[in-house]
Amino acid sequence: MSGLSALHQKTLRSDRLPHIWCQGCGLGIILHAYVDALEESGIDLDKVVTISGIGCAGRTSGYVRTDAFHTTHGRALPFATGVGLSRPDLKPVVISGDGDLFSIGGNHLVHAARRNVNVLVVCSNNFNYGMTGAQFGPTTPVEARTPTSPYGNVEHPLNLVSLIASAGATYVARWTVMHPRQLRASLRRGLMRRGFSFVEVICPCTTGYGRLNGLTPLEMMRGLRDVGRVRNVTPSKAVCDPGREIILGEFVDMEAPTYDEALDKLTGRGAGW
Amino acid sequence: MSEVLTGSHFVHGDWACAEGAIAAGCRFFGAYPITPATEISERMAQRLPKVGGRFVQFEDELAAVTAVISASYTGRKAMTATSGPGFSLMMESVGLGVMTEAPCVIVDVMRSGPSTGQPTAGAQGDVMQCRWGTHGDVEAIALAPQNVQEMFDLTVRSFNLSERYRTPVFVMADANIAHLYEGLVIPEREKLEIVERKRPSCARESYKPFAADEDLVPPMACFGEGYHFYATGLTHDDMGYPDGSVEAQRKLIQRLCDKIRQGTSSIVQIEEHYTEDCDVLVVAYGIVARSALSAVKRARAEGIKAGLLRLITLWPFPEERVEALAQGCREVVVAEMNTGQLVREVERASMRKVTFLPKLGEDPHEPGEILSAIRRASR
Repeated sequence: MSGLSALHQKTLRSDRLPHIWCQGCGLGIILHAYVDALEESGIDLDKVVTISGIGCAGRTSGYVRTDAFHTTHGRALPFATGVGLSRPDLKPVVISGDGDLFSIGGNHLVHAARRNVNVLVVCSNNFNYGMTGAQFGPTTPVEARTPTSPYGNVEHPLNLVSLIASAGATYVARWTVMHPRQLRASLRRGLMRRGFSFVEVICPCTTGYGRLNGLTPLEMMRGLRDVGRVRNVTPSKAVCDPGREIILGEFVDMEAPTYDEALDKLTGRGAGW
Repeated sequence: MSEVLTGSHFVHGDWACAEGAIAAGCRFFGAYPITPATEISERMAQRLPKVGGRFVQFEDELAAVTAVISASYTGRKAMTATSGPGFSLMMESVGLGVMTEAPCVIVDVMRSGPSTGQPTAGAQGDVMQCRWGTHGDVEAIALAPQNVQEMFDLTVRSFNLSERYRTPVFVMADANIAHLYEGLVIPEREKLEIVERKRPSCARESYKPFAADEDLVPPMACFGEGYHFYATGLTHDDMGYPDGSVEAQRKLIQRLCDKIRQGTSSIVQIEEHYTEDCDVLVVAYGIVARSALSAVKRARAEGIKAGLLRLITLWPFPEERVEALAQGCREVVVAEMNTGQLVREVERASMRKVTFLPKLGEDPHEPGEILSAIRRASR
């Protein structure tokens, strides 16, 4: 893995660096893996549109030298769907956070997966709403303390890979930022295949979740290495409990007609219009 | 099937709207079913695949309008159609469309509200929502058809205005017109004026996506063309990059508002009947304007000098003309299918109190109701 440097002039907006993320945040690693994957895959950069929603992860699209769009909160998937269906030769990539994608944007995400829209979705999961100050979200563990759950979180977290697989995603993987090589390989796979690809990346929020729950940045990174276990299991068995065990790996990889391919077939129109 | 269905048709307003969109070059439609706009979606679902377009029915209106903005960014002309409850949801991305200068058309077939209201009952209750519904400072462009022919004509014009000014444009139709069957003449393709967005002419490397020309409108590159540009709903600089400075906010929002304001004279479209010497001026739009014209003609037959100002564009509001006409007459009467919305603009522009005729629940004013008001005003 190279440094974020001259090697990435083609794919990084170096004039926008340094980025806005906190020290110890994993989003830089995700950005790094993404630009590496862009370059290694050999994909035509003119044909990639990087799209994000709102939040810390939502800023990722602003550092990537492809066509890029920063949408409103939760709407990255409909935006990507519009791009992919209007121009099937383009590859929309959504990079956003767990709150943006699974809470305010949850309905859109489920339906984009169901349609098998040709899109790569990279979901940074940091177990809270980082940008607004570490409030609990749809992935926050039960009883975790956040500014809006000062007595402990009462809600049960979603298992993202299980949910998205059941919605019909045709590629599903989970890694942590302590697994950059595997992450990069999954992003390459998602860039090159057609269909709905979902890659969850467990990412520490040191300033927010970590600080409020008594975890140092180093402990959080080490924790990911310690609890992350690569297992070949069905998505519903892919436990995600940051205090105990996080199952990693590629859980789904299958071929199916994409929405635009199926639509062209039904309406009697050839591909490549 | 042909792209422009030249000829005479006997159809409803929603059908005419869909055909106007296709004739204007619309090739992406983001749908979510809602009464009384559903027939626009149904027509588009049937027609678009046959003319090289995409029809997509989304999970909700939030998604439908967002995809319309992204389709516009791929270079396609794009539209969605909805009614009150869906229009409320769409307000979020209206702001995104304004901020990122995405040409697109949003049709609101107005039904009674608030909330679910009366889904099949016509109304004109969203005319302020299209102006002020999204948060922040915006200038809106909104057109109000009064018959089936204008559902076609004004949909075409809405696309032209959206492409010209790089902004979402509203077609504010009432349910009465959307479901009304009457004659429609679609002209030959060559007779239709079609406007395309301004494209960049500079080298790709030197392209600044939000650097405007003298007309305050930036040339628009699209995804996939190699410009590698960035756009955001955040306040941004000419490169599209987020900028949190006071100066950036002032510069961008002022330009976005001014590009519409300085185009007002070419955007505003009104129609006047018997206004040259009128004592009583009636102001109306949409289906109500038809009753109003009938009332004005009957008043004239009775020897009352009545006149009609019909608003075809609701926004920008033709305030200079309203002021001039109001100055020359004794009374102003405004009729709308709501409890008093655009009447406030008429009062503001004319700087006087006016007679207002409210209307709630499905049916527009009958000519007799407006005539009675004209008679009272003329005494």
